[in-house]
Amino acid sequence: MGQVMSQAVLQAKLWYAQRISAMILGICVSIHLIIIFYAIRGGLTAEEILGRTQGNIAFAIFYEIFVLACFVHAPIGLANILEETFSKGFISKALSSILAILILILGTTAVIGVYTGGAL
Amino acid sequence: MLDMGFNINYFFISQKIIFDLFFTIYRYNELMSNTDLKVKVWRGAQEGEFVEYLVPRNPNQTVLDVVTFIQRKLDPTLSYRFACRVGMCGSCAMTVNGVARWTCRTHVSQIVEGDSLEIAPLNNLPVIKDLATDMREFFNKWKGAVGFFKGDKTRHDDFARVEPQSPERQLANAGIECIGCGVCYSSCEVVQSRPNYLGPAALNRAWTLTNDVRDVQQLDRLRAVAGDEGCHACHTQGSCTERCPKKLEPTASIAGLKKLVARAAVRGSKWGKL
Repeated sequence: MGQVMSQAVLQAKLWYAQRISAMILGICVSIHLIIIFYAIRGGLTAEEILGRTQGNIAFAIFYEIFVLACFVHAPIGLANILEETFSKGFISKALSSILAILILILGTTAVIGVYTGGAL
Repeated sequence: MLDMGFNINYFFISQKIIFDLFFTIYRYNELMSNTDLKVKVWRGAQEGEFVEYLVPRNPNQTVLDVVTFIQRKLDPTLSYRFACRVGMCGSCAMTVNGVARWTCRTHVSQIVEGDSLEIAPLNNLPVIKDLATDMREFFNKWKGAVGFFKGDKTRHDDFARVEPQSPERQLANAGIECIGCGVCYSSCEVVQSRPNYLGPAALNRAWTLTNDVRDVQQLDRLRAVAGDEGCHACHTQGSCTERCPKKLEPTASIAGLKKLVARAAVRGSKWGKL
């Protein structure tokens, strides 16, 4: 009973985390769309785009927040889908953990790349 | 007469129109009563088959009238449930033409496809016989969601005073008219895929009680409805809200519970932390 209960409370907490991260993502996606228009204004090559985004700490902080929100949001959703479609257990936990780590590492690497222009 | 803006010809013309209209309605009714309804009814238990009956068509006929006609005139062994016939008791719900409905207040004319009706027991519940389902699990889940009132006052205490306009009372009001017919439960895709899910009716009841300021088992209730056997399993698909014959919104109630439970788990609630 105790374990079932803590599972239910954990579910509630995860739901809360997913909801808050969804709110952040909602704002981030809107800003991201605006940034795309800004970034592609003067040409579509990587050089031209990086020329405008490089060294801008505001961009870097914003995109790291975006990455963190994805890091929280997506794995919880994936775990839910896997648990509902297949079953609770190791596979769903493992796959969602892998997704979480990938989002965090690849996302942060991309943010660093855009900030430094790959000069690191 | 003309000065008064009245022309006697108009009188005759309008009389002719009214006569034609009544004649058309009369012909329509005569036509309807001559066409029998082809009604396929589920016979058996979990395993069974549809059996076709021919039922005379009447104006203002309800689906429950059709089932009653079959049982009284054609086959007395047909089992089904009903009590009040006026949409209060919640016992006559069935799956009619693939959709769960209260049969006593569903007119045949609203849902008939050509001249056919298909009447089956409610989905997501074990069938006892023909159109009667075993609703124990449905009501046990109300108990499981702590969907019952418990106060701490006695008859010696004064009346509890609940302001009719208070937000809690208004929220409770929105979901209070449930008649327990099981239409939402039988329409819910999550109940179908997750047999342990408490379901829309039980959660709706739990939500009305979380808004009852006299109730003293709030934390127990929040614990009971938390997690993936409770409110957090809901996909917000809204079939319950679409099908509810009382036009309640269990989806909204469940959304309310999700927020309340999650907040209580993370930040705590006015009754304490989960």
